[in-house]
Amino acid sequence: MERSYKYKASVSRVIFMVFAILLLVLIALACLLPLWHVIMASISNPTDLNVAKGLVFWPLRNVDTGAYKMLFQYQKLWRGYRNTIMYCALSCVITGVMTVIAGYVFSRNRFKFRNTFMLIISFTMLFNGGMIPTYMLIRKLGMIDTIWAFVIPGCLNVFNIILMRTSMQGISDALEEAARLDGANDFVIMFKIILPLCKATFAVVMLFTIVGQWNNFMSAMLYLSQRDDLNPLQMELRTILWQSTKEISSSSDFNAASVYARSIEYAAIVISTLPVLVVYPFVQKYFVTGMTVGAVKA
Amino acid sequence: MELINFLEMEIIMAKEKKKKKNSELEFASGGYRIGGGIKDLPHNLGLDIKRNKLVYILLAVILLYFIIFNYIPMAGIVMAFEKFSPRRGIFGSEWVGLKNFKDFFEGPYVGRLIRNTVAIGVLDLVINFPAPIIFALILNEVHNKLFKKSVQTISYMPYFISAVVACGLVVKFVEAGGPISTMAAWFKGTEPQNLLNQGKNFWLIYVLQNMWQGLGYGSIIYLSALSSVDQELYEAAYVDGAGRFKQAIHVTIPSIMPMIIMMLILRMGAVFAVGADKIILLYGPANYQFSDVINSYVYRMGIQEANYGLASAVGLFNSIIGTIMLVGTNQITKKLSGTSMF
Repeated sequence: MERSYKYKASVSRVIFMVFAILLLVLIALACLLPLWHVIMASISNPTDLNVAKGLVFWPLRNVDTGAYKMLFQYQKLWRGYRNTIMYCALSCVITGVMTVIAGYVFSRNRFKFRNTFMLIISFTMLFNGGMIPTYMLIRKLGMIDTIWAFVIPGCLNVFNIILMRTSMQGISDALEEAARLDGANDFVIMFKIILPLCKATFAVVMLFTIVGQWNNFMSAMLYLSQRDDLNPLQMELRTILWQSTKEISSSSDFNAASVYARSIEYAAIVISTLPVLVVYPFVQKYFVTGMTVGAVKA
Repeated sequence: MELINFLEMEIIMAKEKKKKKNSELEFASGGYRIGGGIKDLPHNLGLDIKRNKLVYILLAVILLYFIIFNYIPMAGIVMAFEKFSPRRGIFGSEWVGLKNFKDFFEGPYVGRLIRNTVAIGVLDLVINFPAPIIFALILNEVHNKLFKKSVQTISYMPYFISAVVACGLVVKFVEAGGPISTMAAWFKGTEPQNLLNQGKNFWLIYVLQNMWQGLGYGSIIYLSALSSVDQELYEAAYVDGAGRFKQAIHVTIPSIMPMIIMMLILRMGAVFAVGADKIILLYGPANYQFSDVINSYVYRMGIQEANYGLASAVGLFNSIIGTIMLVGTNQITKKLSGTSMF
C-alpha cells in the first residue's frame, strides 16, 4: 500500500522517524531480551550466575548443562509435561467437535431463531457467575480432582463459535444441498464437507485451545485439591519458581544442589516454554487472522 | 385417437414423475424447495424440527452446555445471601440476607482491597489502553516491510508466554540483584532492593508486566483497522495541504475511532476485574498491603478458606460494578459519538 505521492523530507519528519524506529527497536528488544537472558542464564556457570547482576547476554564463564541434567531426573516436571500434553489433546478433541457443531448449527441459513440463541450465548461474554459459583458447580458435578475439570469447563467459548460460524457462513448452501441429495446426514456434511473448507479457521481455534491449555494453571489452582499427580506443567513450574528447589536437588545425584538453584529455575522456564517458542514463528499468522476476524465480528 | 390418448398419458405421467421428484427434493433439503429460502416459503419451525431432528438435538446440546456452565453459576450468586455450606446445597443453606456484604464492608481488609483494585485497574486502563493504539500508529508510519513485520512478530510473542513464566520472570528481574532492580538502584544510587515489596511499586510493576504481554497483541486489531483506511482520504488531505502529522490527527485517528470506542467499552467493563491469576502469582505476605485485590481475596476466602458465602458476595459486588461500568460507558459513548455496542 505504497502512497503514490512524495513528501518533502522535512526536518521534523526525519526526527520523528528516528525516534519512532528507536522506540520500535526498544520495544522489540524488551520483548526478546528477557527470554534471551533466561536461555543464557540456564546454561551459565552456576557459581557465577549466583553473583551475577544485570542481564546475562552470554553464558557466564563456561557452558554448564548441570541444571538440565538435574531437571531431567526430576520426575514431577515430566509428569506435568505428560499431563499437559494429555489435556491439550483432550481439549482439542472436545473443543474441536463442540465448536464445529455450534458453528454449523448457528450458520444454518434456514434456522430462524439462530440470532436469538446467539444472543443468549453472547451474553455470557459480558456477565458470568464468578469464581465461587462456578467452583461450586464443578464440585457438584464431581469434577474436582479429575482431568475433566481441565477440559470440560470452557471447552466451548463464544469467541471460537463466532470465528467458526463466520467462516462457515461463507460456504455456499449448494454444497450442503448436493450432499443432502446424496443422502448425507448432518454429521457427514459438517465434518466431511464443510469442515475441510474451513480448515484455516479450525486451525486458529485449535491453536488458541492448545496455547490456552499449555499456559493454564488457574484450573489446577481452583479444581485440584488432593491429586497432585494431575498437576499440569505450569503448576510444577510454579513450584520450581516459587518454592524451594531442594526437592529437585535431593532427588538427583548432585550434591552441589543449592549452587544450582538459580540455574534450575531458568532451565525449567526454558524446558516448559521452548515448545511454544519453537512453534510460534510458524503459526503466528493464524493467530493474527483469528484475532482480526474475531474482533471485527464480535 | 389411440395415439393422442397415448401421448396424453405420457404427458400426465411425466408431470407426475416431475412432481414426485420435486417432493423428494423438498424432503431432502429439509422442508424447503431447492433454491427457495425463507423468502419463498414461510418458516415452519415444526416442519423444520421434524425434518432436521439431528440439528435441533445438536442445538440442544450446545444450549445445554451454556445453561449448565454459564447460566447455572449466574443463578449460583444466591450463595452470596446465604451462610452457604456445600453439604446443604443452595436450597438448604441458611438465608442471611445482606450479612455477607456487611461482613465484607465492615471487615479489616475492605479499604486496601478497594484501593488496590481501583488503583491497579485505573493505572492499567490509563497506560495499557492507549499503548497498543500508539504502537499501532507508529508502526503504521514505518514503510519498510521487513522491519515492520519483524517488529510485529517479535512484539506479539510475549502474549503466548504463560502467566507463570511471565510473572516468574518479573519476580526474578525485580528481586534484589535482578537486572531491573539493579538498574533502578543504579539510577537512584542506592543498594538494589526487591522492588515488589516497595509499596505502590507493585501497581506499576503489575501494569508494566501486563504491557509486556499485551502491547503487541493488543495492536493487531488496530493495525488491521488502519490497513483498511481509505487511501483516497490521505490523498485528499495531502491536496488540502495536510502534512503527515495533520493526516494522522484528522484522517487516521477518526477512521479507527469506532474500533477504539468498542475496545474502550469492553475494557471499561473489565477495569475492576483485575485478574486473580497474575496477582496470585506475584503477591506474597510481604506486599499484601498493596497487592491484594478483590479477585485474589475472593480466591483466598472461597477456595482456600472455604468461606463460600462471603467470597461469592465479594465476587458479586465486583461483577455488579463491572456491569455498571460497561453499561455506563456504552451509554456515554452512544450519546457522545453515536458508537455503541448495544
